[in-house]
Parts: sequence; structure tokens; C-alpha cells
Amino acid sequence: MASVLELSSDRTEVAASPMLPRPFVIKKVRRETEDTFTVELDPREGRSRFEFLPGQFNMLYVYGVGEVPISISGDPAGSTLVHTTRAVGAVTKAMAELRRGDVIGIRGPFGTSWPVAEARNKDVVFVAGGIGLPPLRPALCEILSHRESYGKVVLLYGTRTPSDILFKDELEQWRARFDLEVFITVDRASAGWRGNVGVVTTLIQKAGFDSRNTLAMIVGPEVMMRFTTIEFIKRGVNPDSIYLSMERNMKCGIGLCGHCQFGPVFICKDGPVFRYPQIKDLMVKWEI
Amino acid sequence: MYRIEPDALNELIQSLQKERYTVIGPTLRGEAIVLDTITSASELPVGKTDEQSPAKYRLVDKAEKTFFGASVGPHSWKQFLFPPTLKIFSARKRGETFEVSEDIESPESSERYAFLGVRACDLSAIQIQDKVFGGGAYRDPAYLRLRHQAFIVAVNCTRAGGTCFCTSLRTGPRARVGFDLAITEVIDHGHYLLVEVGTDKGEAVLSSVTRRPAQDEEIEGAEHAIRAAAQLTGRSLEPDQTREILYSNTEHPRWDVVAQRCLSCANCTMVCPTCFCTNVEDVTDLTGSVADRVRKWDSCFTLDFSYIHGGSVRPSSRARYRHWITHKLASWVDQFGTTGCVGCGRCITWCPVGIDITEEFRVIRETYLLNARGKSST
Ligand SMILES: Cc1cc2nc3c(=O)[nH]c(=O)nc-3n(C[C@H](O)[C@H](O)[C@H](O)COP(=O)(O)OP(=O)(O)OC[C@H]3O[C@@H](n4cnc5c(N)ncnc54)[C@H](O)[C@@H]3O)c2cc1C
Ligand code: SF4
Ligand code: SF4
Ligand code: FES
Repeated sequence: MASVLELSSDRTEVAASPMLPRPFVIKKVRRETEDTFTVELDPREGRSRFEFLPGQFNMLYVYGVGEVPISISGDPAGSTLVHTTRAVGAVTKAMAELRRGDVIGIRGPFGTSWPVAEARNKDVVFVAGGIGLPPLRPALCEILSHRESYGKVVLLYGTRTPSDILFKDELEQWRARFDLEVFITVDRASAGWRGNVGVVTTLIQKAGFDSRNTLAMIVGPEVMMRFTTIEFIKRGVNPDSIYLSMERNMKCGIGLCGHCQFGPVFICKDGPVFRYPQIKDLMVKWEI
Repeated sequence: MYRIEPDALNELIQSLQKERYTVIGPTLRGEAIVLDTITSASELPVGKTDEQSPAKYRLVDKAEKTFFGASVGPHSWKQFLFPPTLKIFSARKRGETFEVSEDIESPESSERYAFLGVRACDLSAIQIQDKVFGGGAYRDPAYLRLRHQAFIVAVNCTRAGGTCFCTSLRTGPRARVGFDLAITEVIDHGHYLLVEVGTDKGEAVLSSVTRRPAQDEEIEGAEHAIRAAAQLTGRSLEPDQTREILYSNTEHPRWDVVAQRCLSCANCTMVCPTCFCTNVEDVTDLTGSVADRVRKWDSCFTLDFSYIHGGSVRPSSRARYRHWITHKLASWVDQFGTTGCVGCGRCITWCPVGIDITEEFRVIRETYLLNARGKSST
């Protein structure tokens, strides 16, 4: 077995640690719901724009507390780096306490991206469950800004309750567009809710799309993604045109810590966005 | 090929020290042979050998005063190239903001190590970790720095260990590539060391050591001893089709059987020379003005390893053992083009309940072969 190391290679080439975060300053904090917030960030040094592809994520470091993977939720054409996070545990709750002017460490962007180019000339269906909407937003923004290149564009979005709905203002604007169909459903309705109740898969039948020429992008809890995928395939969507974003524990984001393994793939570098057939066999197994 | 006398081993150690290497070798600590800094050949486990079997390790005295008479112990070289704990950075609070600085010249990462006594299996393990830490888009700079600086003196095995199975995996008992010097210790016709030079660096270190060109029968004596070791390895693991075998048997009843014994103690992953998983911890000083981020060895056998909000992805020890052996023997091949097992036998010896990777794999493999035969006969 030959060694892959070039033992004579230039040492300076390996000097910079990919585990070192870059300080970013919070320019704006927006509360989306009870537990979810959006931050807009700028690099503390050098005002270069943060280049990324829709679907990619960053590792966000909160001083002294820890580091977590969070998808980029901003418009790729925007000027700041945007993340939308639900406060669930140690790091995300500490992040929720941060204010304008505070600093977050950023490493990234990492991972694979949504197939916005491949989706051209096709109907595009986005399916989001809960905190799955922020990772889809950059792709949706990009497609809307080149709207003429795509067929029908549909967003199916499910949340727990009406008060968990993210990006409310923007959803209203999107709903008002004639070239975008938006369907929302909640698990549990509250007083005054006149929309859909039920799981997000029930929205698929409402959306009119040409199943033989459709590309689907799905993010949400694993069971939701599984049932949604089955429903699309049942309706004749080509499995190769179904894309999912997966989630696993991540400690590095760059294929070195081993935590995010899902069978042979590393979610952090082979994903998080996968074409369904890539992970189909793994998705039907428990505790992989 | 050179012959050096047992006394000249000290000259080799001194020559390495003169080249500013910290020499690490096997040495006695309590009831085991561990790897640590040595300054003379007398600190090697002279005249000792080991008896290993599942969950058992015992040192015994030999008649001959060999230096390298024992096989691999609980330590592997990964603890030097890939330290169990490593500071990734220090962050310092400055008002609203903080500064991040990397400790490039920390003592752990600037050492120049000379490894004396690297077995063929462990040499393969180092080459596997080279791929893990240095073969992808993102590399581990601390590992690469230490690795570039390291000097390797391999030692060919002339005695099969109690739990290892390198022959079947074709990782030993002879070291083939990737060493600066390789020693075969021969005791059959007098005690001598046969030294093979692997690199110019090796040649240079050897130049100040008393030596003479080896004669044909001395070389043949060493070859004979290595061949004998190969024939005596008791265990084996058939490396072909590991992916097909394990991927198609995720629901095999054997996983429940092994789960009843497995304690999820993580010993196997800690002693394994290729396991590379890590966690990170954040440590702040009392005033909160300095926050260190520390990387630590982790294991896929812990519950936290796969935790995502709401619970662990692999709550059962059935799933964790299955993940471990599947990673070692199958998915590692997809990821790095080689298995993650080199057949060193450590996980078998140091498992408190004696779970044997070769046995667990053999059972699954037999089912696979039976099913395959069944299919082809119908
Ligand atoms: C690729 C990717 C993109 C993500 N994008 C977003 C996003 O846009 N918005 C958002 O709100 N959340 C996102 N998440 C989930 C987010 O990373 C977790 O909610 C977060 O790690 C929880 O950390 P904690 O310390 O607050 O929680 P704790 O419950 O205290 O978790 C402890 C540790 O477990 C790990 N962990 C826990 N939950 C997860 C999880 N779901 N995924 C990965 N690691 C976890 C982390 O290492 C965490 O530090 C994403 C996860 C991944 C893998
Ligand atoms: S799995 Fe066991 S036998 Fe294989 S390299 Fe690791 S410790 Fe050695
Ligand atoms: S077997 Fe477990 S601990 Fe070892 S490298 Fe694989 S996932 Fe990591
Ligand atoms: S997050 Fe560390 S390997 Fe993927």
C-alpha cells in the first residue's frame, strides 16, 4: 500500500487550519418565531462578499460555548451572510442571546448544493418541514431571480402550529406572486387558522406540476422526507430528480471527525444535499 | 541490507538523537508494554514476550535477550501523530469581539519523532491515517506536520501474536513500504539485527552505526523467520467482498447476539491504530477571557456520538457494534479505498469481554455465502 503523502511536499501548504473560525460581526438580528431567529453577518475584517452555493452550510462558533452546523438561509445575491436558527440546546440558545455588534466565528461554506442549474426548464417543487425552510430559501431566491428559466415553481411548507411559520412577511409576498404557488399546512391549528391542517405530504396532490418534468428539493425530519419522496415517486417523478438535505451530528464539517457518517457517506462533505438514489438504500434502514 | 550487532542498537538510538529526534519505542510499564520515550536500548522490553488471547494479555520471560520479542501492546503510534487531546485554538475576548489564534508551535505538534519498532500492521495503519488526514479536500495540519517530521524504524515480525491476523489482510508480517529503516531481529544462529534501508534519510542515520553488509545466509535466516510467523498466524479475515457481505446483512440476527455481550466501552476504538473520530470541547478560564477549543479522541460506541436534537441516531449497542465493524471493513473501502482494519488484533485482546472481529465477521460472511450459493443453485 503506497502512502498518499508527498513527504517532501512544501510544508507551508498545510499550515492553515481548516478548523479555525473567522470572526463575523452581527449586523442585524430578527426574531422569526418564539424560538427561531435570523442573524445577518459581515466579516469583521475585509468586507468581501460571502460566496456560497444554495444548500451549503457553515459551522457557527459561539465564544466559549461550542460550534454547530447551520445552513445558509440568505439570498445568494445578497450582500450579507444570513443564518436562521432554532434555539434547541446549548449552542443555539447561547446564539439566541447574541445582539447586534456581537461576534460569531464562521467556518465554511461546506457541503454540496441544490441543483438549481439542473432544474432549468423544469417544474420545481420545494418541500419544507419546520426548520427545513431556511436551507431551501437560497435556492428559492435564486430560482425566482431567474424565474423565466423555470417551469412552474411550487413551495409546500409544513410547520407544527401557525405561530411556528417562518419568514411570514416574505411568504405573504411570495403568495402574492402569480408565478409562484405557496401551500402551507400545520400539524395543529389554532383559533383563527383557516389554512390546511395535516402533514406536508397531503399538499402534494394540491400542487399542480408535470410529474414527468419535475425536480423536487426536500428538507425536513427524516420520516417526512421519506414519505414525501415515496409520494413523488408514486406520482411519476423520476427518483433522479428528487433531492434531499440530510442531517447528522457534526463536529468538523470537513470529513475529519467521523461523526456525520451515514453508511459510507459523510453528510458534511458528500452532502448535505443528496440525489435520492444516492442514499435510498440507507434511508429505509434503522439506526444507520 | 546490513547486519548490526545487538550492542549497536544503542548507536542507532544515539544517531537518531543526534538528528534531533525524540525516540519512541516499546517499553515496560507495570504489566504491559507501552510506547514511550526511550533513551537507550536497555529500556526496550529486553527478554520479554507477550501472550495474547481475547480479553487476555500477559507478559512472560523468554530465554533469549531479544529487544523486539513481544508483539503489539495497548498503545499504537497514532497517539503521537494524532494526539488524544489537541488544542485547536485559543480565543481571547476583546470587548464585544474575540480573537482566534492557532497554537502552531505547541509542544504536541512540533515534536520530531523517531518511532523504533513499528510493526508492519501499524505501518499500514499509519498509511491509512495518511489518507484520512491528508488525502481529502481538507487536511489536518497538525497530523501532517508531525507526520512529515517523523522517522520510522519498522520491525518485521518473526513471531505471530496471539490475536493478530495480518497475513490474511496482506498487511504483514513483513514491512514493505513507508519506512526509513526496517529491522529483522534474528536469534536462530546467534543474535543479530538485519537492517534494510528504505530512504536516504534512513541511510544517513545508519551511517554512524557500526555495521557490515549482510551475507546471503543471514538474509535468508531473517526471511525464514518472517515466513514462519506468517504461517503461524492463528486468525484470519477474508478481505474480499466485505462491502457486499456487510451491506446486505444489516438485519442479521448475529447483531443481537454480539449486542448482548458488547459493553459499549469504546476500548476497541481507543486501541485501534486507524480509528480517527474526534469530538471537540470548549474550555473557558474562570474569568471567561480565554476560551480554548480542544479536540479529543471520540468513539462511535458512545451514545452522544450520533446525538441530534431529540436523541441518538444509534441508541442500541447492536447498531453501534454494527456501525463499527461495517465502518472498519466495508464503508472505509468506499471512503478511503482500503479497509480500516490492519489485523493488529488489539481490539480482540483489549475487549473486556473478548469480542473477536474475525469471528463476528466470519459468521456474517458464512450466511452471505450460503445465501449466494442458494441463489445460484435455484
Ligand atoms: C447540515 C446541517 C444544517 C443545519 N441547518 C440548520 C439551520 O439552518 N437552522 C437550524 O436551526 N438548525 C440547523 N441544523 C441543526 C443544528 O445544527 C442543531 O440544531 C444544533 O447543532 C443544535 O445544537 P445545540 O448545541 O444548540 O443543541 P444540543 O441539543 O445541546 O446539542 C448538543 C450537540 O449535539 C449536536 N447536535 C444536536 N442536534 C443536532 C442536529 N440537529 N444536527 C447536527 N448536530 C446536532 C451538536 O454538536 C450540538 O452541539 C443543521 C444541521 C445540519 C447537520
Ligand atoms: S479493528 Fe481491531 S484488528 Fe483491526 S486494526 Fe483496529 S484494533 Fe486492529
Ligand atoms: S469505527 Fe467508529 S470510532 Fe472508529 S473510525 Fe469508524 S466511526 Fe470512528
Ligand atoms: S462533520 Fe466531521 S466528518 Fe462530517
